[in-house]
Amino acid sequence: MSSDTDNAAAPILAAGRVSKSFGEVPVLFSIDFDVRPGEVHAVIGENGAGKSTLIKILSGFEQPTSGIVSFEGRQIVLPPNGQAEALGIVLIHQEFNLAEHLTVMDSIFLGREITRYGFVDVAATRARAQELLDTLHVAVDPTMRIRELTIAEKQMIEIAKAVSRDARVLIMDEPTAVLSAAETETLFEQIRRLTAKGVAVIFISHKLDEVLALSDRVTVLRDGQLIATVESSALTSESAAQMMVGRELSNLYPPKNEPDVDAPIVLDVRNLTTEEVTDVSFHLRKGEILGFAGLIGSGRTGVAEAVAALTHRQSGTIEVNGRPTHFSSVAQSVKAGIAYMTKDRKGKGLLTNMGLKPNLTLLTLDQHLKWLLVDPASEARALDRAVRRFDIRARDASVRAEQLSGGNQQKLMLGKTMESEPDIILMDEPTRGIDVGTKQQIYHIVAALAAQGKSILLVSSELQEIIGLSHRVMVMRGGRIAGELSGDDINEEQIVRYQMGITNRNAA
Amino acid sequence: MTTVASDSAPKVQKRRFRLGVLGPLIALALLLILGTALNGNFLTFANMANIVARASFIGIIAIGATFVITSGGLDLSVGSMAAFTAGMIIIIINALAPTLGTGIEVIAVGILAGLLIGSASGACNGILVTAGRIEPFIVTLGALGIFRALITFLANGGTLNLNFEVGWAYEPVYTGDILGIPVPIIVFFAIAIVAEVVLRRTTFGRHVAAIGSNEQVARYSAINVDRVRLLTYILQGLMVGVAAALYVPKFGSANSSTAVLWELQAIAAVIIGGTMLKGGFGRIWGTVVGVVILELIGNILNLQSLISPYLNQAFQGAIIILAVLLQRTRTNQR
Repeated sequence: MSSDTDNAAAPILAAGRVSKSFGEVPVLFSIDFDVRPGEVHAVIGENGAGKSTLIKILSGFEQPTSGIVSFEGRQIVLPPNGQAEALGIVLIHQEFNLAEHLTVMDSIFLGREITRYGFVDVAATRARAQELLDTLHVAVDPTMRIRELTIAEKQMIEIAKAVSRDARVLIMDEPTAVLSAAETETLFEQIRRLTAKGVAVIFISHKLDEVLALSDRVTVLRDGQLIATVESSALTSESAAQMMVGRELSNLYPPKNEPDVDAPIVLDVRNLTTEEVTDVSFHLRKGEILGFAGLIGSGRTGVAEAVAALTHRQSGTIEVNGRPTHFSSVAQSVKAGIAYMTKDRKGKGLLTNMGLKPNLTLLTLDQHLKWLLVDPASEARALDRAVRRFDIRARDASVRAEQLSGGNQQKLMLGKTMESEPDIILMDEPTRGIDVGTKQQIYHIVAALAAQGKSILLVSSELQEIIGLSHRVMVMRGGRIAGELSGDDINEEQIVRYQMGITNRNAA
Repeated sequence: MTTVASDSAPKVQKRRFRLGVLGPLIALALLLILGTALNGNFLTFANMANIVARASFIGIIAIGATFVITSGGLDLSVGSMAAFTAGMIIIIINALAPTLGTGIEVIAVGILAGLLIGSASGACNGILVTAGRIEPFIVTLGALGIFRALITFLANGGTLNLNFEVGWAYEPVYTGDILGIPVPIIVFFAIAIVAEVVLRRTTFGRHVAAIGSNEQVARYSAINVDRVRLLTYILQGLMVGVAAALYVPKFGSANSSTAVLWELQAIAAVIIGGTMLKGGFGRIWGTVVGVVILELIGNILNLQSLISPYLNQAFQGAIIILAVLLQRTRTNQR
């Protein structure tokens, strides 16, 4: 623990005109940011606004493309891979870095074991851990295993670890995302104790009321730009939300062709409950693009995967073209004309070590059989068609999927999905991590598919995308439908209200 | 830049995979040269036929192993499963010989029983791996112990001997030839050709590689992952059954030391042949070359006096480690 609160006004850690590009894609533009000892500085912004990139730069996990980082008033190049911890700059990731089978005390001193004569000194480790947990008012036995702890307790252990490393700047990426209201309050008490000792805290949160309750200052990012850094006392949830959003629609998006009001309902989901979602009801019309907005982890993917029979449906009904469905396998949902396009291109979408053809036809290999054998010529024709239809750009047909750019991987996946000629397409983050040119192409493809009478369920974390494409929008929050928007109500303020739960003050 | 050649001339791939494709063939050529240098009679048809015939047991099993490994699985039990199946064939034939006679009928029943027992044994492994959600390494390591104990138990610690008269009638299945080519070689090559087509050109083969490459992608692509996995283990068991049915006429007996360490040789052959140990890519012809390479090494060790032939399995062990090391280096270079 550090206690140099002598110069409270001087920032301990600062970024000056920091920019960052990944390859050709710029994600941060000339950001100024600083945090003072004893202060809580919150960073807010939409998904993709550049918050995570900023804190990675501030903790050394990324190096800025241009601009400087200074620590204690001196310009510094932070060492990579968390080695900045040695300086007292600790980043607590959204996914904890704790080995589940270790004890609490071993986790806290992992890599810096207290030893005597070359052996781990168990008694001393335990005493030091107990002492540390006591100071932090954490009621956890140091000999418990990490896997026995609740998520909130794990988070406390991460903080204890940081404190034991004499953290002077503690950076937290959405620490409350998985906590209950009571757990959040305990965390905040902890943070207040730390700041009282002079620790500087930077934290990212989507929950605006929390941000305002805890932080001294708030920095708002939007599209990689610094919008403002303001005193929290000068903000309300409403004004903060407005600062996060509020842009004009660009011509990225094709004109909307609303489906007829009496267009048949092709998908009718009622009271769907799975492990991830609760009591979700909605319907989708022929030729409609139905947006699913919400924060990451709000259950949008859970809805899509349940409709595609990828996950188990606990209760509720799903009707396709008026007929109830009871799919027991993905193959059956595909046969019924439903296709799910995953957001996880490399983990769930494409066989990265294989070529374009096997990827394109994997879902529909049966269509390419001749005398029970796969016909390479038929596959080649399918690839030709997909290349023309979706403008897949590859050096030649023999490249492996992993050698394609992100945008072309996405188009290949789109091609693969469309091979099964689905009527209902569940698209999960169809433009994640791709450049704006390809995004525009995909937007036009999506709109064209809807115009042809396909029905599209569009899950996206980019509000602009939801607004620019959707005929109607469902907003999810905490596994439930928080609201439905249509027509002129489809705007950022309305969506953000629902997804932040501002209209529902009772929620955590 | 926008066009994708439809004739798919794999220009890039050729350059990248040249060592991977040609490696086993180069090793094979070097061994043939070395063998010829050591003994003038090495590269004769008779010696080569002898080598390949002896390689055929392991070869047939290794073809099954190619499917299992390509799908990201592993089967360590094939050696003791082969011994167990051979023992069961002998017991069944001996039991039926008094009623069915000592001719072709009893042999056909014995072979059929061997194929069924092998498939069923493979199915047990497969069910434990898929429905039981147990690591293949653990399941098949356990099965290795169980099958080895069963053959020892069935032979009562000694040796099971085939009915002498049936043995005489059964022997041509191993020693016979068609147009001068020994029967085991014909069986081996026929299975290899069919297997290569199955792995490369059927939906099953494509799904096997897809599962080995990324099980999640396979699941999201509407592939019944458990069913395909189970089939690879059943196929492996069937191949063990075929190998056992060829083994019985060769020796006419089975005991606790039958087929010891065949799993080492089968897996070594698969890996030497260029199939990825972590799954996602496999090739039968590579496995066939791998099996022949292993047999050549044993043969060459017997031809010279510098290195003890007793070290044969040490070479096989070293080669499998080396081959995996080379695979990893190649993957990292991407």
